[in-house]
Amino acid sequence: MSEYVLELKGITKIFPGVKALNNVQFQLKPGEIHALMGENGAGKSTFIKVITGVHKAEEGEMYLDGKKVNFKGPKDAQNAGIAAIYQHVTSYPHLTVTENIFMGHEKKKNGIIQWKEMHEEANSYLKELNADFKATDEMGTLSVAQQQMVEIAKALSMKARIIIMDEPTAALTKRESEELYRIAEKLRDEGASIIFISHRFEDMYRLASRVTVFRDSQYVGTYDVDGITNADLITAMVGREIKDLFPKPQVEIGEEVLRVENLTRTGYFKNVSFAVRKGEILGLTGLVGAGRTEVVQTIFGVEHFDSGKVYLEGKEVKIKKPVDAMKHGIGLLPEDRQKQGLILDWGIGRNITLPEVASYGKNGLTNDKKERQVAKELAERVDTKVVTVFDKANTLSGGNQQKVVVAKILASDLKVIILDEPTKGVDVGAKAEIYEIMGELAQQGYAIIMISSEMPEILGMCDRIVVMCEGKVTGELDRKEADQEGILKFAMAKSLKATQE
Amino acid sequence: MAGKSGREIIAEQPFSWKTFFFKWEWFLVLIFILINIMNANLSPYYASVSGLFTATNSFLEKAFIALPMAYILVLGDMDISVGSIACISAVSLALAYNAGIPMAACIVVCLLVGTLCGLINGLIMTKFTELAPMIVTLGTQILYRGIAEGILGDTSSGGLTAVKWFSNLYWGKIGVVPIMFIVFIICACAFGFVLHKTVFGRWLYAIGSNKTAAEYAGIEVQKIRLIVFVLTGLFSAVTGVFLAARMGSTKSDIATSYEMEAISMAVLGGFSTNGGKGNFIGVVLAIFIVGFLRYGLGLINVPAQAMLVIIGLLLIITVMAPNIKNQIQYSMKKKNK
Repeated sequence: MSEYVLELKGITKIFPGVKALNNVQFQLKPGEIHALMGENGAGKSTFIKVITGVHKAEEGEMYLDGKKVNFKGPKDAQNAGIAAIYQHVTSYPHLTVTENIFMGHEKKKNGIIQWKEMHEEANSYLKELNADFKATDEMGTLSVAQQQMVEIAKALSMKARIIIMDEPTAALTKRESEELYRIAEKLRDEGASIIFISHRFEDMYRLASRVTVFRDSQYVGTYDVDGITNADLITAMVGREIKDLFPKPQVEIGEEVLRVENLTRTGYFKNVSFAVRKGEILGLTGLVGAGRTEVVQTIFGVEHFDSGKVYLEGKEVKIKKPVDAMKHGIGLLPEDRQKQGLILDWGIGRNITLPEVASYGKNGLTNDKKERQVAKELAERVDTKVVTVFDKANTLSGGNQQKVVVAKILASDLKVIILDEPTKGVDVGAKAEIYEIMGELAQQGYAIIMISSEMPEILGMCDRIVVMCEGKVTGELDRKEADQEGILKFAMAKSLKATQE
Repeated sequence: MAGKSGREIIAEQPFSWKTFFFKWEWFLVLIFILINIMNANLSPYYASVSGLFTATNSFLEKAFIALPMAYILVLGDMDISVGSIACISAVSLALAYNAGIPMAACIVVCLLVGTLCGLINGLIMTKFTELAPMIVTLGTQILYRGIAEGILGDTSSGGLTAVKWFSNLYWGKIGVVPIMFIVFIICACAFGFVLHKTVFGRWLYAIGSNKTAAEYAGIEVQKIRLIVFVLTGLFSAVTGVFLAARMGSTKSDIATSYEMEAISMAVLGGFSTNGGKGNFIGVVLAIFIVGFLRYGLGLINVPAQAMLVIIGLLLIITVMAPNIKNQIQYSMKKKNK
C-alpha cells in the first residue's frame, strides 16, 4: 500500500495560449483533510478538473493507491471513488433530493427504477449527515447549505473515498459553515480523504492538517497547518511579502457627516441609529441576514424605510431614490458587483462614467472625449489592470472588476462612501490593494462605511464598529477595544439571550 | 496621473478596418443593394428616382412605429399594442372631423389619444414592474382595438379627403420627394441622434443591458421606461395620421399586425429583444430593405401570401447570420487546434 491515496506528479495542462498548470504536484494522505489554496487564477479549479477527469493533462502522471491511472472522462474518476462538490451546486432544482442524489446511477431492477429503495437509502445518508430535510423534498426549496448536503450525500452514495470541496463555505453563514466542518470531519474519521479549496484562512485552520499552495499555475509548496503563520501563507500565495495586509493610515477624524436615527423598515430592521465622521472608516458587521445590506440600501434610496431620519452634515435629507442620495453626496458600492455594480458587456470606461454621464456634456448631450479622459484618470487612480478604457468588464478578474466599481463611485462628487462587502470573492493580492484605496479615501476626507462579514478586515481597517443582529444594532465598539470575541458576542446577542433564558 | 504601478491606460480607440467593416450595418447595406439590383432586373420602370420615391410611400407610414420600437427593444421591453393605438387614434381623428372640428385640431386629438394610450401602457408597466410587457400590451392591444370596434362597429368614418392639405400629407410631394418621406427622414435622424449622442440614449442602453446596475448608478429606470412607452404611443398615432390621410376614411380593422412589422424591422436592424444592443442606422436600413423587397415583389405580382413567406424567411436568415458566423469561427478554431 502506498503512503498516498492520491498522488499527482508533473502535471501540465495547456489551454490555447496559456499554461493553466505548469509542472504541479500534489499528495493526498489517506484520512486527511488537505487544503488547496492560491489566488484566483492560480490554477486550482483546472487542477481539480484534471483530478476528476474533466480535463486531460498534457503531461504528468496520476497515481491512485500507488497505481498509475489514466482517466478518460469524469465517469472513470467517479468509478475510482473521486467526487467533487462545487461552490455553485449544479443540481436539478425541480427534482427531489433522492433524484438528485442518484442522478446517473439510479437503482434499477429490470430497467425499472426502485423508488422505495432509493428513498430509503437517501434518507439514511441524510440522517447520517444530520440533515433537517427529507429525501422527498424538492431540491429548489432547500437553502444553499442544504443543497450542499445533498451533494455530499451524492458523494456518499457513490462510495467516494476522495471528496473534493471547491469553496463550499463561500455562500454559507457562520453556523452553516460549522455544520459543514462537522460533516467534513466525520467523513474524514470514517476514512475518506478530503481536498478542501477555500479563500478563507479560517476554514483552513479549522479543518486542514496540511495545505498546498499554488501560484501562477505553479506548485509553491505543501506545509503543515500547525507550522505555518498567516504571513508565511500569504507570502506563499501572493509571491511577495505583504508586510501589513491592512494598511490603515492614521487619519485626523473630522466632524460628523452622516447620521441615521431610528431607521425602521418593517420586517427587515428596527430603530437603527449610527453616525460616521469625516475621514472615519465605520465597520458595519454582523452575521449574514442581520439586515446590514438592507440598511445601506435604504440609506441609498434603493429601498424605502417606514420611519426614521437621515441627517447629512446636521441637516435632515429626504432620499427617495438613488439619484437623491448621489446628489447629497452618498455613494454605494453594491454587494453584487456583477449584477448591481457593472454592465458586464460594456467597456470599463462607460461603466465608470455612467453615474455622471450627464455632467460631461452640455444640453443633454454626451461628450465622448471628456468621458474617456475621466474614465482613464479614475481607472488609473485605483490602479485597474487593463490596457484600454474599452476593455470589457467581463474580461476582468473579480478584484479588477471591483476596482472598476470603486472608480465608478469616485466619478461622483461624494462625501460618504458605503462599501458593501468590498472584498467578497476577491483574492488576497487584490484585497490588499482595495484596503489601500480605502485608506487613501479616508485620508482624502471621505466618510466611509464598510459592511463586511470578515472579521480580520473589520478589525484591521475600521475606526469604529457597529454590530447588528437580526435587524437591530446590538453593539458599538471602538478600534482599540474591539476584538473577535467582543464582536461575536454582539453579533449573536439574540441567540445568546435566547439560550440564557 | 498614472496609478501606483505607473501603468498608463489608453483612452483612445485604435481604429481598425476589420471592426469597421465587420459591422452588422454593412451586411444590411449589402442586402439593400442586392434587393435593388434584383428589383431593377424585375422591372424596367423600377430604377428611376421618382419611381423609387413613390415606392417609399408604400411602406413608410408604418415605419414611424419602428422608430420608437427600436427604443423599446433597446430597453429590453416590448410593446405589441402599437397597431391598435394607430387604429384607435386614426379612428378618433375621423370621429372628431365628422363632429365638425377643424382638421388641424383633429390631428392634435389623434396625437393626444395615441399619447394617452402609450401613457396607460407605461403607467401599468412602471407601477407594476413584475408584469411582463408582452402580456400587458397584449391586453391593451385587445382593449384599444375593442374600443375602436365598439365605436365604429362594421361601419367606417370617412370624408377626410375633403380637406386637400390633409390628403397631401400622404399623397403630396415637394418636387419628386413625398412629404411623408421628408417627415420620416427628419424623425429618423432625431431618433438616431437622441439614441447615440445624448445622455438619454446612453441611459436607454444602460437600462437594457443591466436594469439593476442602471438603478444603482442613479438612473431613474421607471421614469425613462414611461417616457419611451409614451413616445411609442405618440408615434403610433403619427402612423395613424398618415394612414387616415392615405385612405380618407377609417375603420376598426386598420393597422392590424403593424406591431409585428415594426418589431421585425427593428430586429432585422440589429436590435436584440434582450435589450442593450443595436445601432439606429440599422433600423432605417431594415425599413427600406423590407419595404423595397415588398415593392419589388409586388411589381412582378407575387401573391401576398408568398410575399409573407419570403419576408419571414429573410427575417429568420438575417437574425441567424451572427450565430452562423460565430459557429463558423468556432469550428475553424477547433480545426486549427
